[in-house]
Amino acid sequence: MTRVVVIGAGPAGLSAAATALGAGAQVTLIEAAEQPGGQYHRAPVAEFGVARREALQHGWRDFAARRDHVLSHPRCRFLPETTVWALEDPGATPARGGPPLVHVLTGQADGADRRRRVIESDALVLAVGAHDTMLPFPGWELPGVVTAGAAQALVKGERVAIGDRVVVAGTGPFLLPVAAALLGAGSTVRQVLEANRPGRIAAGWGARPWQLAGQAGKLPELAEYAATLARHRVPVLLGRTVVEARGDGRVEEVVTARLRADWSVVPGSERTVAVDAACVGHGFTPQLELPVAAGCALRTEPDGRRFVAVDTDLRTSRPGVYAVGELTGIAGAPAARAEGALAGWLAAGGPDRPAVRALRRQVAAGRRFATRLAAAHPIGPAWPDWLRDDTVVCRCEEVCYGALRAAAGQDPRVSKLGTRAGMGPCQGRICGPTVAALRALGAPPPGSDGLDRPDDGARRASPYHRPIAQPIRLGELAASTAPDVAPPQPVPDKENP
Amino acid sequence: MTPRLIRPDDDVLDRDDRPVTITVDGTPVTGVAGQSIAGVLLAAARTAWRYGHAGAGRGVFCGIGVCFDCLVTVNGVPDVRACRRRARDGDAVTTQTRLPADGDGDR
Repeated sequence: MTRVVVIGAGPAGLSAAATALGAGAQVTLIEAAEQPGGQYHRAPVAEFGVARREALQHGWRDFAARRDHVLSHPRCRFLPETTVWALEDPGATPARGGPPLVHVLTGQADGADRRRRVIESDALVLAVGAHDTMLPFPGWELPGVVTAGAAQALVKGERVAIGDRVVVAGTGPFLLPVAAALLGAGSTVRQVLEANRPGRIAAGWGARPWQLAGQAGKLPELAEYAATLARHRVPVLLGRTVVEARGDGRVEEVVTARLRADWSVVPGSERTVAVDAACVGHGFTPQLELPVAAGCALRTEPDGRRFVAVDTDLRTSRPGVYAVGELTGIAGAPAARAEGALAGWLAAGGPDRPAVRALRRQVAAGRRFATRLAAAHPIGPAWPDWLRDDTVVCRCEEVCYGALRAAAGQDPRVSKLGTRAGMGPCQGRICGPTVAALRALGAPPPGSDGLDRPDDGARRASPYHRPIAQPIRLGELAASTAPDVAPPQPVPDKENP
Repeated sequence: MTPRLIRPDDDVLDRDDRPVTITVDGTPVTGVAGQSIAGVLLAAARTAWRYGHAGAGRGVFCGIGVCFDCLVTVNGVPDVRACRRRARDGDAVTTQTRLPADGDGDR
């Protein structure tokens, strides 16, 4: 029987598990959180005593049905609170072949007594998703300045409103549900600021509208958010963003400015807005450490953003390894579900049939949607215009823009060691792509500066190359690894025990 | 006042809250069972609980376990992401600092 391991139980991963089970595989579904859903279906845990979890969710009924089907399936083993800390190349042991070994820790998040295990598979589906991209600006490290995703996650999972008077800023349609969630939590949303100008957005979304067929489900959702914002008389301003946060120990006001098409600041357009929280997101960054650890090739978008390179069947360059959802391009939950469904079926060795061809069409439609989204809401190349020499870029090590500029001519490894950018607790997850982008600005042509090129046969330098994908305690590393022989067991439904 | 818990009476999710009490640097803080430690701290209107090299405060930033800005020590175990760790009754949370005066701080 084919053993399929799915990492991530969000819309893409859950869908992959469902079709892999349908094709007869034995499935191990690994999830870092306590329950499936990912960020899209994030909801309070059962302990919270919530009666109507579906009230704030789109597509909750379908999600819950799929979740219950997968978790109760006799061939499914669900591993919640399980973090993948390494993927080990079986190529290192010539007797083996196939996808990498999956090293996991199970137990309370960052706890000291997690159980360590190694899981083998015949096919691996990576569905680990993305997090907010957030460009630095002066004051972005002040408490009360959070990512747009954080504001929404706190409402969805914790029932906490991050502030009473908030500004939501950045780029992309995701800003609308975030603002709506905050309004639903009783906050006053003072402004929603989309950094891109109307011309860019219209050109990105407007051309060849027939390509958006199949994503029509998104339109009522967007209309609903727009109506909510209108009802609360929230100003939505285009071509303007937050360029600075100020406050004594926490954010008290933000400075907004009008932007040109390249995101340089229009002089004299600055305005201050009193807030107690600022929620900012400039699109999403796929969590590439596991695909990179698996040896999957990446592809680069015209604006420099990187994703896992996959074929039309979601196969990566690494045999037996599939990548789905936001890893392959940012296109939202419906596209992620379609990708998961196709990859799960194929990973399990399911035969080609009309339903599979229909899924391929859905996946292709999702890909076109991703292209539109990227075209309508790009990151303007002149964003470093906001930075000052004393602006923190690496939050963990408090490395400022001036220090990074001074180190710009050095070999990347030398400048990393010298400035310590990317060497703090997050290991470059937040600042890595930003530092790479800043280094590329005004840098000598590739080949002369050591950027992203093979280094004496070693892997390419990449902000995503992280041999230890998640922190592991030395005691856990030293402990013996339990053999992974547990038979699959039905798991009770956590929502309705 | 900010941040804050959505009042149960106003909550469309129809909540039946049960309290969870943790200590933060020895002081009891009560939140709602099911919240993360970050959720409990935010619901108690605390925005910062970790201090950087220069003494500046940090709290929640990414909210989903990516940024490590919200690290705390829980029951003696250091470097726990407050946004990922579910609060359990009686958890003893201590805040972390990277101020040089505090030795190696949280590293």
